[in-house]
Amino acid sequence: MNDTSVLWEETVQGGAAWSHVLKRGTALRLTDLEGGANTAAIFFNFDCPAERFNLPDTLKAQHIARLTQGFVLYSDMGRVLCSITEDTVGWHDPLAGCSNAALVAEKYGEATYQHCRNDWHQNARELFLIELAKWGLGPRDLAANVNFFSRVDVADDGSLAHHADNSKPGAYVELRAEMNVLVILNTCQHPLDPNPKYVPKPVQLSVRRVPAPVRTDPCRLSRPENERGFTLTERYFL
Amino acid sequence: MSSVNLAQRTRGEQDAVYSFVIPAGDPWMHEIKKGQYLRIVDLYGNQAVDTLFYNAHDPSDRYSAQDTIRAQRNIYLTTGTRLLTGAGTVLLTIVGDTCGRHDTLGGACASESNMVRYSIEKRHMHACRNSFLKAVTEHGRGWDKRDITSNINFFMNVPVTPEGKLTFEDGISEPGKYVEMRAEIDVVALISNCPQLNNPCNAYNPTPVQVLIWDGPAE
Repeated sequence: MNDTSVLWEETVQGGAAWSHVLKRGTALRLTDLEGGANTAAIFFNFDCPAERFNLPDTLKAQHIARLTQGFVLYSDMGRVLCSITEDTVGWHDPLAGCSNAALVAEKYGEATYQHCRNDWHQNARELFLIELAKWGLGPRDLAANVNFFSRVDVADDGSLAHHADNSKPGAYVELRAEMNVLVILNTCQHPLDPNPKYVPKPVQLSVRRVPAPVRTDPCRLSRPENERGFTLTERYFL
Repeated sequence: MSSVNLAQRTRGEQDAVYSFVIPAGDPWMHEIKKGQYLRIVDLYGNQAVDTLFYNAHDPSDRYSAQDTIRAQRNIYLTTGTRLLTGAGTVLLTIVGDTCGRHDTLGGACASESNMVRYSIEKRHMHACRNSFLKAVTEHGRGWDKRDITSNINFFMNVPVTPEGKLTFEDGISEPGKYVEMRAEIDVVALISNCPQLNNPCNAYNPTPVQVLIWDGPAE
């Protein structure tokens, strides 16, 4: 990373939420500081939040059931919200969704704020809803999420299995914003994490300026569908 | 849970309290009361039936594909699948299935995704999301695009490979195959009988499907 391009860095503690309007022409790098982190994330076109991350369109346009470098995140309007320009993890889970209060209480037991202060047990769904509300959005705006750093394998019979040790200490993934993207994320444990202990891991965030994608951008050329997705995104700004 | 779990139902059409044939390319929206049974019949085989469900008393409490597949730890829907909302509400349970496998990853076709997937010149072609939007804006409850989320594709076969690829396989449905669900609360069903002409999921020939509703057994 060219350090002069870095605008700022910060660390999101485990089990915490964060949101930001990632401007077109900047990129967000997420780094798993300790290994075994999870980051649940949702995405909106900040200028018109009715346009949001569309999981099925992202999967079927690129014939994928995982996310990694070279793939992009599509909105429901046929446009690219973010491109995954760098990735040392290799597999990010788009299938298993996010934890909720009942799941966290069942797996880890109760841990209220009154008893535990800021070590209380958080869940991804509630953190999404709280963070959405800060931007004037609500439950109707909460659709499918991505889980960065986590992997869920699908067997031939369709069964799901959490994949251990998917993300190593220092592993990172970088998202380049192709429009002004409201990114809402949290660092709650993956909902299928088999660890019986509540131990959400911290994630470092780094925002930097990046050049606009060129004609030969790897994410643009990875699929003929993405060439059209980038064209439609460019037209949006014309 | 097995990914293929066939189960037949016994009640006949003559006992149904509601029956309707949804033409290819049309939306259908209907309330199903707690305890009622909804059957969807693939009349001509391999027709994609794009379907969403909502808690009738709080439409923000709605079907969630991710929560449904995570809870049963399987990506395919079949007999025994509980259709869940993001808040964990059980909307319906699949109680009968003569097809054996239904998709909930592929979503609905849209003018915009058709432009990406096939050609920018495809914008004019009819698509499921237009049917969904027509239904939710016409029925006057104040719903809009935010209420359209990742749907079920009844009778569609969309396997995931161990390498993480999403594939669109030939259908395993046939004329007369059906899926039947019991409503666990009052729900609103929203169907787009898929008009897709750009891929072979329905042999490039969208066809009508039948929806039937039965009351629950007498208490």
